[in-house]
Amino acid sequence: MKKYWHVMKIGTENMLVYRFNFFFRAAVSLVPLLATIYLWQTIYRGQKPDVAGYSLAAMISYYLLVTIVDTLTAVNEDDWQIAADIKDGNISQFLLKPIDYLTYRICLFLSGKLIFTAVSIVPVGLFMFCFRHYFVAPPGWGMAGCSLLSVLLTGLLQFFMSYTMALLAFWLLEVSTIIFILFAFEYIAGGHLFPLNILPAGLAAALNCTPFPYLLYFPVSVYLGQVRGAELWRGLAIQAGWVVLFYFVARWVWARGIRTYTAVGG
Amino acid sequence: MKLLRATFPGQLRRHLGIYHALWRNSVAREMSFKSNFLLWLVVEFLWFGLQLSFISVIYLHTDHIGDWTKWQVLMLVGASHFIQQIFQAFFLTNCTQLSELIRTGKLDFMLLLPVNTRFLISLRQVDLGGFVNAASALAVVAYAARQLHLVPSVMQIIGFFILCAAGIAVHYSLMFLLASVAFWTVRAQGIVWGYYNLFNIARLPDAAFHGFFKAFFRFAIPMLLVANVPVKLLIRPLESPLEMALLVVMSAVCFALSEVFWRVSVKRYTSASA
Repeated sequence: MKKYWHVMKIGTENMLVYRFNFFFRAAVSLVPLLATIYLWQTIYRGQKPDVAGYSLAAMISYYLLVTIVDTLTAVNEDDWQIAADIKDGNISQFLLKPIDYLTYRICLFLSGKLIFTAVSIVPVGLFMFCFRHYFVAPPGWGMAGCSLLSVLLTGLLQFFMSYTMALLAFWLLEVSTIIFILFAFEYIAGGHLFPLNILPAGLAAALNCTPFPYLLYFPVSVYLGQVRGAELWRGLAIQAGWVVLFYFVARWVWARGIRTYTAVGG
Repeated sequence: MKLLRATFPGQLRRHLGIYHALWRNSVAREMSFKSNFLLWLVVEFLWFGLQLSFISVIYLHTDHIGDWTKWQVLMLVGASHFIQQIFQAFFLTNCTQLSELIRTGKLDFMLLLPVNTRFLISLRQVDLGGFVNAASALAVVAYAARQLHLVPSVMQIIGFFILCAAGIAVHYSLMFLLASVAFWTVRAQGIVWGYYNLFNIARLPDAAFHGFFKAFFRFAIPMLLVANVPVKLLIRPLESPLEMALLVVMSAVCFALSEVFWRVSVKRYTSASA
């Protein structure tokens, strides 16, 4: 276990190189967020006090929470790096050493998220502070704990899905298109653009059969108290199920990929 | 050296000739990765569809944003996509590659060529997918116009495209300005991609905004003019002559600024390779 601890330490140091990049990215992404908030404010001003059960405060809280969960869990560079590792033949060294590539990558993902979160705290925190009047409190400590647990599962699911997609580099010369296609689905079906329960009921139910809502929407809706009781436990179980499933898919794809791997460059 | 002192029409013809060659090169390049070309089209179609569905979902719950109705906003999303895609077809890759040219010292070579360097850097590569996407965006604009029962006059249509061209000039000038930051710091690539976030604002109706935010994105970074103004010319032709003038003036100002910054930056350039 000690060796992975070292990986995390080195990973953290490496990520520090990108701190300005991360800071800039976090800060700039707040501009479209601000635009979305203004857009909703204008919509609410023109009409009835709630949209599909959301008050204006709840709607704005939703977007603020999405930003927080996204900062904590979204995969930033990992998928590109994994694909590049495969294409450039860098993974050869992992095949020779007693290091598991998946575990190694999780360590780097964690250290990357640590630095990204630390750097984002200033701009994102400042933004949240400005909109603190809109923040809705979670319905209780228990629910806050559950949504935290769900955020953790979200992070793992994000990672395993991206990891699997990046492994397609074993077979394809160019995986960026595939990554962007997956990202598009995640963007709309994960709840980045709008809360999924403002969709027509049938469509929302259909989306719930896919892993996408568990990449972002689910932990936020737990925090907002929209899923409770038995539904909450079932949701968490399904989310954990997706995590386990994608863990095994990732392992399986890796095992298949290694067989076709030809160590280009090396 | 006679070539350099050629008259303006001669210069123009020469640059067109060069551009023709660049274009041929780009087509050859794109066609050697056909499946990748098609996959990128899929990616762009998906993201365009995603923006359209975002607006459609919002309008399930309201019938106006400010004074904009559903099909007016969808037309705006289409026009914004059209402008962005044409910009992308001609300029985007070239702008993002500037920092790489500087980092590797390849810029030396371009500075030595007997042709305007900015011209060469800005138009080196053409992204053909952008034209396909722009066509799909125009189709959405036309369909939205039909839904709105608009029958624009020829003058309106010409005006629309002129204003779109001004919008493209704004995107290009600002992106080139940001790319030129690479002369001062190696971290410019991130800054260039940051500009991408601002495209998100261009496709939102200006009536949703007010106060500082609105003023900033009209007079400082004119994102709220780029697509809003051409669309307004089609949907409320008599309302916004001042805004049209503003967009044209802002595009000229942005271009002038980027040219000044470019000249100052090139003067500072001291090759990376030596």
